[in-house]
Order: sequence, then structure tokens, then C-alpha cells
Amino acid sequence: MPPDQPRTLFDKVWDAHVVQPETAETPAVLYVDLHLVHEVTSPQAFSELDARGLRVRRPDRTYATLDHSTPTLPPDAAGHRPYASAEAAAQVETLQRNCARHGVTLAGWDSADRGVVHVMAPELGLTQPGMVVVCGDSHTATHGAFGALAFGIGTSEVGHVLATQCLLQRKPKRMRVNVDGRLRPGVAAKDLTLAVIAAIGFGGGSGFVIEYAGEAIRALEMEERMTLCNMSIEAGARAGMVAPDEKTVAFLRGRQHAPKGEAFERAAARWLTLATDEGATFDKEIRIDANAIEPMATFGTTPDAALPIGATVPRPHNDSEQKALAYMGFTPGEATTQHPVDVVFVGSCTNGRLSDLRAAADVLRGRKVKRGVRMLVVPGSEAVKRQAEAEGLDRIFIEAGAEWRLPGCSMCIAMNGDFVQPGQLAVSTSNRNFEGRQGKGARTILASPATAAASAVAGMLTDPRVFTREAVDA
Amino acid sequence: MPERFTQLTSRTFVMPQESIDTDQIIPARFLTTTSRKGLGGKAFYDRRFGADGAPIATEPLNTIDASEHRILVAGDNFGCGSSREHAPWALLDYGFRAVISTTIADIFTSNALKNGLLPIQVDAETLARLMADPGGRVSIDLEKQELTFGNEAPVKFKTEAFARRCLIEGVDPMGWLIERLPAVEAYERKMQEQYA
Ligand code: SF4
Repeated sequence: MPPDQPRTLFDKVWDAHVVQPETAETPAVLYVDLHLVHEVTSPQAFSELDARGLRVRRPDRTYATLDHSTPTLPPDAAGHRPYASAEAAAQVETLQRNCARHGVTLAGWDSADRGVVHVMAPELGLTQPGMVVVCGDSHTATHGAFGALAFGIGTSEVGHVLATQCLLQRKPKRMRVNVDGRLRPGVAAKDLTLAVIAAIGFGGGSGFVIEYAGEAIRALEMEERMTLCNMSIEAGARAGMVAPDEKTVAFLRGRQHAPKGEAFERAAARWLTLATDEGATFDKEIRIDANAIEPMATFGTTPDAALPIGATVPRPHNDSEQKALAYMGFTPGEATTQHPVDVVFVGSCTNGRLSDLRAAADVLRGRKVKRGVRMLVVPGSEAVKRQAEAEGLDRIFIEAGAEWRLPGCSMCIAMNGDFVQPGQLAVSTSNRNFEGRQGKGARTILASPATAAASAVAGMLTDPRVFTREAVDA
Repeated sequence: MPERFTQLTSRTFVMPQESIDTDQIIPARFLTTTSRKGLGGKAFYDRRFGADGAPIATEPLNTIDASEHRILVAGDNFGCGSSREHAPWALLDYGFRAVISTTIADIFTSNALKNGLLPIQVDAETLARLMADPGGRVSIDLEKQELTFGNEAPVKFKTEAFARRCLIEGVDPMGWLIERLPAVEAYERKMQEQYA
């Protein structure tokens, strides 16, 4: 794009990374600043490198962690970790071996930095504004909260980046989601996220990079912006971005991998120039009123099937929606707040950060998880775990009757041995309510950490403001 | 390296459901593998197998001869969800070589093309006609970017130009990128000077 024309945040980041521009015949060669790696989507990519006799080209731009297949229960007395299967253990060992052989830093079992990839990288300051960040994981969009262009790639592409630090990409279209006004007290970033996805529709963002803009977005803290950008893929979008501002700069200052001293000030000044220029155009724009958003929860098996808590389930429009309601066991015309909840999960790269755990703890303080409900709280990283324990949040969870676990993806993807039993109903702070996502036959309601905690106490899906209002009255 | 793809004539297998996500295509608990091989047995696992692990006799995916039904026709928004390349690996290993839907998720499309599973997006009317004839014979010509079925005129579709070349001519995308390393090095030098 000619540099004198007004450009969007996305245009600016894209343009700065084009090694070779796209033509009708070939996609652009796009440079990658930061490549995040985990055990599940990387083994076959490393094998491909080996088969071709290649090395990781830029180990200094590659950073790995263990999160998906890792048990969240501690090792036994002999030091054996309770892996879900021998295969899961082998997968972790494979990444350890691959990182050691290629000189890639791995936040492994013994690292104080280990965490769910999208929680860990921002907290270490690896993610910075204006970067292109990729990972073999669809929720890579999380890093867009910093004004980075961050998107998920498949294993073949993981191999491309390991070998060349580049990707072949066609430029996606631009969409802006303008969120006017302010979220009301008791309404969380997750509620906004679910409302945005419901407005765009599942798949409605296909082919787009979304920029979230407007007063309500500026008012969000960095962790809340991460929650929002994280779920861009649930609207089908390749990435979601928020323009860097003073909050972004303040978050990064002093982080382990952020530039230091004078270099930081220069970088910060550059970051602040990334915001979309006045007069830049988007291929699509939508507007949402933050003021009108209520605490939200999903009722179907796609993340866009969300409603304010207590609203009645709409009549299905087609066979797919009918099938989703049958799977969930919900009836059109009734609210979903009457169904007993079996499991509550607080965690994941969507809502496993310190502010999320605080929100859940605020509801649970001095209360009990209802008998018969299993509640799992899984911090998003070792750092989150340390901070939460320093604040005594772990005590609040344990005293309420919840399980306090080691960091990892856990029940978000249910491949490490933490899962919801067939037919059980879960209220989860994760990002996908797909059939079987949290275990075969598991039924998932997506909601915020406060809603999850309130639902654990009540044993039914519950608007958390019931408890916060009680707290105010008392 | 993607398996080559030029032409294919086969019967369709129809799954009318919308938003068939990658967790349905291959549940996450099977992602602990370190190989890309042998995932066909896990394709659509929770649809094909009961709680006891026994195959569900009434599920067509368990009874069709996969070698005769190599074209999957599915409802809108196919392949949404995760970036797991295990999804196209599982579909290919099960026997599919092409997926037809009205929209197919971005990352799934990219992953499928890199492995020789052809994603084809058609309009709603074409999809409805294909769905009305489950098991019907469809011919796919990637060179011409045409679908032919029944007695109707061919339906055009579009495949990204480079991916198409890779599939038809057997161009290896990683090898192609590696040939561009001098440009990558020049880019890195330029960036280093700019931000030094
Ligand atoms: S927490 Fe869930 S969504 Fe996030 S990286 Fe892990 S499995 Fe993926």
C-alpha cells in the first residue's frame, strides 16, 4: 500500500513484514518476528526439518512451552507425572528433545516461566506491538491485544517458519468492530467477547483481520483485551487487534524480554504510531453498544450461540441448531438457568490470568461450591499461580471446595486427563463449546470467571451480580 | 509435500450439518501423536464409536466403502475451530480427497491444501443440489477449476493460484520458500539497520 495513504493498524504491521509482495500467482512472503511452539502441533514439523536435513533458522525468535498434554496434578513421590497416556508423555519428551537439539528455549517443567502459550508470551514481554506472531494454535490472536498481527497456523506452516522464519500468506480483509460506551459494573470482558461473536456470527469473520476499537476497548485493561482478541477465531477471523496505547506501554515496561532503558522508550514511541490513521478504510465495519451488554452465556454448541443469562433459548432455525439444542438438552422458550451444573472450569488462555482468578475469587470468598459440583481452577501460567498464591486466592478456592491445579490447558481441550464426563453440564471460562470439546458427550456453557464462580455456588448457571449485589447490601 | 491432485471422479459422502468443527473431525484426545500417519481410524471418532468404543452400526461412516466415497459434501462453515492439521490428515487417511461446502474455515483450507485434500467452496444452490443426491458421482478438475455432476453444466470454483500450482505440478511450498532465503536475509539486514 502506498505509504502516503491512510492505513489501518493491520496494514501497517502487514506492510512492515512483507519480504516479497503478493502477486496473482504467488502469496506474499511474510516475515515472522516471534514463533511460539508447543508440544501438540510441532513434532511433525520438526520431523519434516530432520527429513530435509534442516536446522531451525532463528532459534532466537522461537520460544516453546509445554501446556496442552501436561497433567495439572503434581508428580508422585517418585517424581512421575500423571500423564493421560504414554503417548502424551512421549509428546512432551519429543518437544524437550527437539528444543535441545535446535537450541530453542523451552519453558519446561522446571521453568518458572512455563504457562499456556498465550498467557506466557505476553507475561514475559515476548509479545510486542507491531510484531508478527504465529503459533500452531488458533488462539494465537490473543497477542493481537498488543497491536501485534498474531494468528494460528498449521503444522506444515510451523515447519515453514522453523526453516525460513517466513510464511506464504494472502493478505486478509479488514474489519473494524467499534464498541461504543462503557461496560456496566459487573459485566466482564468475556461478556463483551461473547456479545461481539454473537453479533459477527460464527464464521462471519472468515477471511478478515478484526480491529477492535472505540471507547469501551480503550477502557479495557490489557488482560481484558487479551480475552477479547483471544476469541476472534470463534467468529472465524484470522486475527484480532487493538491499537497500542499507554496501557500497552505500561504493561510491557520492565518485562523480561521487553527492550530495556533507552531502547524501550524508542520502541514505545514507535508502538504508539501504529494506531489506525484517520480516514483509513475497512472492508467491513460493525458497531456495538457496550452499555447494552449483560453477563452472557452460551446455550448451543457454537460460541456465537450466546445470550444474556436468564434469556430464553430461541427456536432453532435449522437442523444444525436443532441438533445443538438436543445435544445440550435445552428447550426453546426456556432459560438455561434451571439446569443443574456438574462441573465448573476456571482457566485457559481466554480467562486463566490473574484478573480472571481474582474475579472468580471475589465471588467465592466466604462461600462454598455447591455439593455435587466439581470446580477446577487452573492458573494460566506459573507466574499467575505464584501471584495468585501470594494474594491467597488459592486458599479462597480450596476453602470453597474447588481444586487448585498446576498451570496448563486442562479442561479447555481435555487432552491431559482433565475432562467433563459424558452428559455432564459444565460452565467453563474457556473458548469452545463444541460437541465433545471438554470430553466425549460433555455439554459446555461458556461464560466469564465471575459467572463460572457464581454458578459453582448456586449449582445452576447464575448471573454473578446476584452475589455482588448481595455483597453490597450486606 | 502435498500429494498431487489434478482430477478426481468419485461418489460423494454427505454430512448436511453446519459448522462441523475440528473437534468433531478429530477429537483432541487423539492429538497426542507425534506422527501424521494413521489418523483415519480416529476421523469423526465420536460420531463413529459409542461410549464402549464399539463402532456404531447405523453410522454410515462405518459402513461405506471409503475408497468409493472420496468427496465429502458438508454444511456451511466446515473445518471451523482449531488449527490442528490432524484434521486434514485424518480425513485424507480415512479416504477423502476433497471437501465441498459453502464456506470452509481459513486455517483448515490452508492446512488441507498443504496435504492434497482439496477444499472447494460453492454457492448455496450448488451445495443444495449436491446434498440432494448423496452418493452421487462428482468429477473434479483442478486444472479447469470445475465440478461436474448429474447432467448439469460444470460449476466453476476457485483455488488459490499458488496452492493450485503446488497440487498440479507438485511444487513443494517449503522448498519454494527456502529458495527465497536471500530475500529474507536482505529483509533482516534492512530491519536491523532501521531499528539499530
Ligand atoms: S487454553 Fe485452550 S484454547 Fe488456549 S491454547 Fe490451551 S487448548 Fe488452546
